[in-house]
This record gives sequence, C-alpha cells and structure tokens, in this order.
Amino acid sequence: MAHMNLEVNGRMHSIDADPDMPLLYALRNDLGLNNPHFGCGLAQCGACTVHIDGQPVRSCITPLSAVGNSKVVTLAGLGTPQTPHPLQKAFIEEQVPQCGYCINGWIMTAAALLNEKKKPSEAEIKDALTGLKCRCGTHMGILRAVKRAAEMMG
Amino acid sequence: MTRMEKAASFSRRSLLKTGGALVVSIGMPIGLDTVLEIGAAFAQGTKPPLTPDQLSSYIAVNADGTVSAFFGKMDMGQGLFVAIGQMVAEELDVPFKSVTVIMGDTASSVNQGGASGSTGVQMGGKQMRVAAAEARRVLIEMAGEQLHLSPDALAVTDGVVHAKADPAKKVSYAKLIGGRYFNVQLDWNKQIGNTLYAPGKAKPKDPKDHTIVGKPIARSDIAPKVYAQEDFCTDVKVPGMVHGRMLRPAVAGAIPGKVDESSIAGIPGARVVWEKGFLGVVADREWDAVRAAQKLKVEWSDAKPPFPNWTALYDHIRKAPVRKREIGGKESGNVDDAFKTATRVIEAEYEWPFQSHACMGPACATVEIKDSNVTCWTGSQKPHFVRNGIALTLGIPAERVRAIWVVGPGSYGRSDADDAAMDAAVLARAVGKPVRVEYTREQATGWDPKGPASIHRARAAIDAAGHVTAYEFTSKGFSRIDVNTNGGAPWDTLAGQLRDVELKSGDGFGVPAESYEFANKRLAWETIPPLLDRGSPLRSAHLRDPVGPQVHFASESFIDEVAAALNLDPIEFRLRHVRDARDIAVIKAAAEKAAWQTRPSPRRDQTGNKVSGRGIAYSQRNGTRCAIVAEVDIDRASGKIWARKFTIAHDCGQIINPDGLRHTIEGNIVQGVSRTLWEEVKFDEKNVTTIDWMTYPILDITETPQTIDIVLINHPEIAPSGAGEPSIRPVAAAIANAIFDATGVRIRRVPFSPDRVKQSLS
Repeated sequence: MAHMNLEVNGRMHSIDADPDMPLLYALRNDLGLNNPHFGCGLAQCGACTVHIDGQPVRSCITPLSAVGNSKVVTLAGLGTPQTPHPLQKAFIEEQVPQCGYCINGWIMTAAALLNEKKKPSEAEIKDALTGLKCRCGTHMGILRAVKRAAEMMG
Repeated sequence: MTRMEKAASFSRRSLLKTGGALVVSIGMPIGLDTVLEIGAAFAQGTKPPLTPDQLSSYIAVNADGTVSAFFGKMDMGQGLFVAIGQMVAEELDVPFKSVTVIMGDTASSVNQGGASGSTGVQMGGKQMRVAAAEARRVLIEMAGEQLHLSPDALAVTDGVVHAKADPAKKVSYAKLIGGRYFNVQLDWNKQIGNTLYAPGKAKPKDPKDHTIVGKPIARSDIAPKVYAQEDFCTDVKVPGMVHGRMLRPAVAGAIPGKVDESSIAGIPGARVVWEKGFLGVVADREWDAVRAAQKLKVEWSDAKPPFPNWTALYDHIRKAPVRKREIGGKESGNVDDAFKTATRVIEAEYEWPFQSHACMGPACATVEIKDSNVTCWTGSQKPHFVRNGIALTLGIPAERVRAIWVVGPGSYGRSDADDAAMDAAVLARAVGKPVRVEYTREQATGWDPKGPASIHRARAAIDAAGHVTAYEFTSKGFSRIDVNTNGGAPWDTLAGQLRDVELKSGDGFGVPAESYEFANKRLAWETIPPLLDRGSPLRSAHLRDPVGPQVHFASESFIDEVAAALNLDPIEFRLRHVRDARDIAVIKAAAEKAAWQTRPSPRRDQTGNKVSGRGIAYSQRNGTRCAIVAEVDIDRASGKIWARKFTIAHDCGQIINPDGLRHTIEGNIVQGVSRTLWEEVKFDEKNVTTIDWMTYPILDITETPQTIDIVLINHPEIAPSGAGEPSIRPVAAAIANAIFDATGVRIRRVPFSPDRVKQSLS
C-alpha cells in the first residue's frame, strides 16, 4: 500500500492503494467513478478507456504507479449535459448505444482522434477505432455519430 | 419524456404515502431502508397483492397524475421500454412523457417472463396494453359517478376525463385515483412468464385511432449512458459489501481436492468459500479479491479430459446417439416414398459451431442477506426466475428473496448472468456479508453457457420435369436447453451443478420457420447428450435467436442450392414455393429495394482476385417475417469477406416505434455478420480455449457494413409480433448465398473466417 495523489477530471484525490493496482479499480472503487467499465482486464476491448494527458489509455492494465502526476479524464469529465462534448451530443442524437457498456471506449478514443484531426475521413475514423469492441452491434450508429460530431466541431 | 426506471434507482426516489396507499414517486432521495417499507406495507394489506390478477400490478396513477407502468419484462438495450410506454400512454390517453416504465424488480412487477424470445412487445406489451385500457375504463367509470354522466358521454384528453358535450365538466386521473391503488380484478389466465395474460373488461383502441403508437420516439436512457450517469449491475454497492471471485478448473470437470488458504493469508480480508466443486474467494477490496483468486493454491482432482478436440466436433455430432427426435409441425405427404421415385436427389450438410454470448463485460451480481431477507442485484434478463433460483439454492421461501434487474454489460439470452447471481448468493451466505461477484474475461467467454453446435442435413427430390417433389430437413445438435433459459432452478446454474444437485438437462432444438410448400415435406430435429454433463464450459443454452441462425443458415442455404441446381433465380425459385402472403411481400420488398437482377447464381462473369455477389434469405419467427439481400465483396487471396450491404424488409405486424425498430434491426444484422464471419468456440480435450477477444474475435469496426437499408412493412391491423431477434435469423444464409453467387463455391460451415474461405476457394 502506498499513499498517492491522482488528478482526475480536474480534481486532486488522495488514495491509499497498491501501486500495482490498475487505475481502473482506483477510479471505480476509491473515487466512485462508475464509468469506465471493466470489460476484459486485458486491454482488448476498450470499455475502461480514459484519457491520460489527452491520450486514450486502457485503465484496466495501467498500474497506478504509471499514472504519476498525469491528468486523468474519464467520460464523466469529458462533458456534461450542461456542457456536452460534441461526441456526447452526437451519440444521443444518433441514439447509438444499446446496452452502453462499451461506450467509454468509443467516445474517449474518438475524442482523442477529433482533438488531433479535424474532419477525419471514414477510413481514418475506422482506423482510430479499430480494436474496440461492441457486442450489441451498434457499429453503424457509432460511425454516424463520430462523423456527426466531426461536422459539429467544424 | 417517458423514463425507464430501474429498481436500483429506488435510492433516488421517495415513497409518498397518500390516502393509505404507497406510491413510488420520482426525484427524491431515499435509502434502501425505505425500500423495505414496501414489503412492510404489502404485509399490512395497504396495497393489493402483487399478483397477476390485479390491475395495480401493472398500472398506477401517481398523486401528480403521472403514470407508473410496472413491467415484468426488461429492455436489453433495444428501446423496449419506450414502446411499452407508448402502448400504455396510448390506451390511457395520457401524454407519453407522463408514463414511467419500471422494469425488472420482483418487488414491483409480476413475472411476465423477463427478456425472452423477442416477446417484449408481442406478449409483454399485449398485457400492458389491456391493463392500461382497463385502467382507462375504470377511471372513466369513476369520473362518470363524480360528474353524474354516463361513461358514454365522456372522453379523455391528456389524463383528464371530460364530458364530450362540455369540456368544462372534467376531472383528472390524478384527482380520481392519484396516489391510490386500483382494486380491480383482471381475468388472469393463470399463466406465469411470457404467456401471462390478464385482460379486464375493456377492449384496447382500434389501431386507426392511435396517435402515440407508431411514432418514432427517442430513448431517454441514452443520455445517462453517454454522460456516465447510468449505473450498471457492476456498479451496485451495498454497505459492508465484500468482493468475490470464482475459480474454475483448467480441466473441465475437475473439482478442488486441496485448497491451501494460507497461500492468500497475506491479503486483507481474503477468505475461501469451498463447497464440493464450488470454489470462490472474497476480500474486502476488489483488487485484493482479484489477487486472491490468482494466488490461491488449489490442487484439482485428476479429471479425465472430457472433450474431443474441436476439430472433431462435427464427427462427434454425426456419431452421437440421439436423445430426442421431434418432427416440427406436420409432415406433409409421404417423404420417404417420394425420395424413392425421385429422378434426382440434391443433398447437403451444414455445420454451425458453439458460440459464446461473449458479453462486453463478465457477469456480475451482488447479494445481500439481511434479517433472513435476500436481495440480489443482477444483470440477468429474468430476475423473477433468479428469485426462484436463489430461494431454491439457499433453501428459503421465494417470498424472502427480492431480485432486482440492473442493466448489465449486454444480454443476448441465457448468459453467465444467472450463474453469477447464484454464485453471489452462495458466497454471501458463506461469509455472512453482502458479496459482489464479478467473473473474469476468461470465465465470461470460456465458461458462459454456449449457443449449441449442430449439423443440418437437407435433401430435395427432383422429378423428371425438374420440379421439387419432396424436401426433408433435419438438424442434429446439442440441446438449446441443456441448461434452461433462466436460472430458476439450481441444476441449471454452475453453483448448483458444482454443488452436486441432481441434473435435469432438457432437450430442445428447432426447425426452419418458413412457408415453402412441397407435396412431401418433413422438418425435424434431434438432440444429443452434452459432452460433459456437470459444470461444463460447453453446456448449451439460449443465445440470441436460439438456434435460429444455425437452422436458417442451413435451410436457406439449401433452398439456394436447389435453385442453383435447377438453374433458377433464387428469388424466383422461392416465390414459386412460398405460400404465405406476408412472406411473399417481404421477399418482394427486399428484392425491389435492393434492385435485384433476376438471374441464376453464380454469376460467372468475374475474374481476378476481388469478386462480389448477392444473396437472399428469408425466414419467419413467431409471426415476424424478414427477407435480407446481402451484397458481399470477397478477396480471394486473403479469404477476407466484407459484408458490404444489406437490404432488409421486415414485417412484425403493427410497428410501435419505427426508430427503435430500425436500431434493433441494425444491431441484429451487425451481430449476425459477426457470428457468421468470425465466431467459433474452440476447445481442446481439456477445456475451452477461446477465452478472450483475441481467441474469440468478433466483428471489428473496420469490417462494418457500408449500408443497411431497412424497409419497414407496417400492418397496424395485425397485433405486433417480436422484433428483438428475427432479423439476425437470415443473415448467415444471405451472406453464404452471396458468396456462392460471387464464387460458385458453397461454404457449408460457419464461421466464414479468412482461413476457411481461402481454403474453400482454393
């Protein structure tokens, strides 16, 4: 066990935890952030995706010791109903999720893409999102929503 | 907006006691303790019993005039609750936004079967519709007494009953009954589950008068999901809760022989729960439970590896003894005689593998046992049966158990969710604390109940004139109910099986659902025993559209083979034999929308590495009809298939919500493509070897179809049938038929993975 400070969604938190513990468990259990989700613990699905210093990272395999002073942002920190991220607006407008358990991965990964690349092509969007999993089969809606958000962001 | 409420959010609601009644209202915080008051109130008789014959079991008008609809089925992400809200609002003549659909809590709804067989609207909605109609009738009667007018002289607008002749003479639903209960008896058919039906005296509206049903209305649960505000079953936290993890053997069928608890002594709060084949650990913190499960030293029994290698699976099925055989429907003519006189016989055999639910997250459940009352929070799509299963597992009356469905990480049938609920119950009893158990990915994909593997034999007799005189189709495979569709009995769950309860494996499969007329026709199925009868990672059960994809992959591929053998266009051949008018309509609608060119398959006009083709398949499912035209591109060198375009015509009778229906169909087609192109449970002699997303791949976003064109055929005059699953049914055959069209090669084994396609084409 070690005492650590974590900056998550713009707020500092201090926790006592095993430095080897993946960030996901700290976010969910110590900080009470119910998203992201545990999907595989193997970095294979993306349900646990958060941003660390703006980059999408699979928090299920990222040990706390690797986070250090980096800024962590979860889906809850990306936008709110009052100040939504364009992707959140677009995912609602396109009525994308079915169960919605995978949603972190798609939105957080797409947000990083749109941050770096204005108006990505369909191929670039697919390339950025490859490897993420959705079992309900909402892929068509995901692609529509990311394109819609890209247009919103001009 | 109509809101979906889950019992988990009881903590965000308050209970109002009005006129001696207890009504749940939205928006104010309460604790779990208050929820227990519901039980107390029931006991005092202040509410009619929660039985299927009581109107109050389905409909309540709250003090503020809003309506609660208590629904004994749940939405697995296809927007069912919106459709139910529309049906209830329509019959009650209240605004759609005033209806809240409360689902999946055994304390607030009767057992309407849970999510099951695409019956949410078809059977669940049917009941909610007649209950709402009866509520309206009763309210008008009450208003008539108050206003001194005959019910015939009254109308309802937005929850206000008024005189037709004088709208100023009025009284609202809220004034009439708000916050109090209907004490109205319904004519219950004494059935529980999907077939429960309890109408009142009222007749539902004529569909021509519908103003809410049939409208596209958006889901209100999307925003909480994308703003990270929705709690899943994985997010339930109970005071004093500890975390559990289960241990499964490396060799299926092995049981723990020696467990060294000292190996986890250094982990805070770590404890072992071991009972016969059941082995789990708990710890105070989740990461510690994960570590304890990894570190625990276990010597497993020396079990004989129970499986054939997966490459021998279909030989095994072919040779296995038949446990049960059933003819589907009625055999027409004399099939055996017709084959004896055939000029030519066309025969083929098709193979479909075990498939995994492979939900996005491993199953998770939390169980609290307090003062002999058990509460279970579960992602199972059948919480009423989970209640029964826990009662039997713990040996207590079902009345002592409350099961609360909280949305899970996807659900497509009898997944691992029911197993997790029972595991949590056993762990919670053993450690005397609330336990949250979550499986690992390896357990989720490796140890969930599997969609059954099967082979399908089809043959057609052709006479000298080239007409089909006989058709026979037989499926042989593992049962779709080796473990039942729910966790209602211990023998159907791992916790029961591993604790040595007596086994009761069921037999069920299915036959093609179509309306082909041949003078002599026989459709049959045969089931074989499970490979391992107790605690098996290959126990078979319902997976989205149970056995539908495999049966219709085979039957609709075969119909295509016959058409090709007779050098006929696949649609032309189908239309010669399909008899049902609505079947004909969906086939024609899909063909027209896809601009189908009439010609036999294969197309034979392509050379080079990249070829494309088109294929049709159609099927029925409990009243719903779908026809799908698939257009695929094939890279012959790599074997990679891109299922580029689908055109589907869909007829499920009356459409309640076209928006929800379109999203449902899209999801089904994409999952259907995934299961057709990629999904196959593999195993060696010891155990399942497909245990994560690398070994059990599903469709990637880069392989998403470019287009899914949907033609919705609406029949407001025909009672709605299901839409949750029918559109996944013909996907595999449509793709197979398109591959044949492109290449002239018939692939008769799913999945059409690049290796298999390459091999088939070479």
